[in-house]
Amino acid sequence: MSTRLAIAPTQVLRTKLPLTFGGFARFLAIVAMVLFFIGPIAWMVMASLKFNVQIYDSSQAFIFTPTLANYDTVFNPNRGNYIQFIWNSFFVASVATGLSLILAVPAAYSMSRFVMGKSATLVLLARIIPGVSLLVPWYFIFAQLRVTGGYLPLVLAHMFVSLPLILYIMMSFFQQLPEELEESGQVDGLTAIGAFLRISLPLSIPGIATATILSFIFSWNNFMFALVLSGPRTKTLPVAVFDFIGYASIDWGALMAASVVVTTPIMLIALFTQRYIVTGLTAGATKG
Amino acid sequence: MSDTAIRNQASRRERFSAWANKNRKWVLAGPSMIFVALLLTVPLGWTLFLSFTDARRSVRRPFDLNGIDNYVSILTDTARFWPAVGRTFAFTGGALFFQLVLGMMVALLLWKPFRGQGVVRTIVLLPLVATPVAVGMMWRLLFEPNIGFVNEFIGWFGIPPQPWLADPNTSLATLTFVDVWQWTPMVALILLAGLTSLPEEPLEAARVDGASSWQRFWLIIVPLMWPVIAVAILLRGIDALKTFDLLYATKGKGGGAFNDVETLNVYAYGLSFDYNEYGVASAVLIFFFLMILGVIWILRMLSKVK
Repeated sequence: MSTRLAIAPTQVLRTKLPLTFGGFARFLAIVAMVLFFIGPIAWMVMASLKFNVQIYDSSQAFIFTPTLANYDTVFNPNRGNYIQFIWNSFFVASVATGLSLILAVPAAYSMSRFVMGKSATLVLLARIIPGVSLLVPWYFIFAQLRVTGGYLPLVLAHMFVSLPLILYIMMSFFQQLPEELEESGQVDGLTAIGAFLRISLPLSIPGIATATILSFIFSWNNFMFALVLSGPRTKTLPVAVFDFIGYASIDWGALMAASVVVTTPIMLIALFTQRYIVTGLTAGATKG
Repeated sequence: MSDTAIRNQASRRERFSAWANKNRKWVLAGPSMIFVALLLTVPLGWTLFLSFTDARRSVRRPFDLNGIDNYVSILTDTARFWPAVGRTFAFTGGALFFQLVLGMMVALLLWKPFRGQGVVRTIVLLPLVATPVAVGMMWRLLFEPNIGFVNEFIGWFGIPPQPWLADPNTSLATLTFVDVWQWTPMVALILLAGLTSLPEEPLEAARVDGASSWQRFWLIIVPLMWPVIAVAILLRGIDALKTFDLLYATKGKGGGAFNDVETLNVYAYGLSFDYNEYGVASAVLIFFFLMILGVIWILRMLSKVK
């Protein structure tokens, strides 16, 4: 699925490009596309560095004296413990991803080596079903077990998203691993599970990295489950951002700062792991 | 430890290993399946059960079966329910259409290599990893009628300011646009993966035969890409039908004061957690779930016909 491999067929087209009208139009189109996608994000970051007076003043749209006052507001202990929320998001995403990996990687292997139609359907169902339809029963069960407001319900709910995602990515990864390697391992005296653990698993580390990154991102970004299942002490960042509104008037600068705080870690991860993310998101799409 | 004890232990381990290897299909997949089944089937069954009851207000309050009353009441509800169904399809259809068109354009632009391609690809990736709640807040500011940049921007072209999210007539379209902004990159990446795995020969042959790039696109690229396009439609369609974060974060409870962005998912969430009407909410959710399954079934039929 590496995009690098596929350059060859297009090499022919490349020579025509520069200094033609088409080449220039394409250049303009790419610039417009880049501005369309990054412009709003840049605007959010700029607004987070402005006093509200500056946000209201269009003459200071692009040139202004930046301030960190909004970040002060966000991290002001009187508004809630934002450091705690960051930790909650990080903790829940990490634990949910870790546990999902432990459960899903062997399952993905098994499902890619054996035909398991019903199990695959079950996992597919987990992806299709609207989350709300599970939330009421979950909430009820967690209330009975007296664990609401803690981390457990959050982690379990996030795992429900992570696990099918990891399973899906890893299945398409294992399907590309040649079985011959395992077979030769078994000839050399490994058991079938041993061959999986010692041969296939180490070879699938790039796939596991892909699945881990995507699972972390989706868990970090999750809003609905945390909105219902998190308590005041386990609140995650998206809910904390949501709580910034609902007061009499919107403090735009602080709201943008809070939004920047929740998105920046994810975007940094994306910058450094771009290729993994692309592989994961398009996993299975090109098999036809 | 005596010799026999050690031998026993060793043989027990061996027997376990043999058993595990023989049943490895379930030893490896079982835990995952049990987890998903527990978190999925039990709650789904519970929701189905609740949909035939008058459960409301508190999860601990006793409730009675009321047959199909909830279904009758939602299916005859033309004030909230059916408009929500309509909005769900309008939002999904609009978002999917523009994501496919723009996604294909982005994919074609990124297909041929150029200087700075790596940077551009990373930038295109950013919207889709950004936290939807933050994306919602960001566009709330951009679309703010008085201070937002969007009205200033369209002003440069002589277009008068628009109310965007503030007007119930334009808010759903505005949020469809935001969804297009966030998820076009996803569609583009899937299509790009399809483009790069296209066979070389048909395109080359068409070029030699003098086909225009327009003809090459419609007569060769699109038919060859059809399975990939179908996957993109299916994946994005399911998620678009279930969109919640963006709608709830920008317009709040009930999809705004006039319920103007209240889709089925927002409606079901509101019934469950803002109004605690569990019985009715469950009926809506069962309907919604069946509706999604129906849409998937129709899409699969369509993709086979092509």
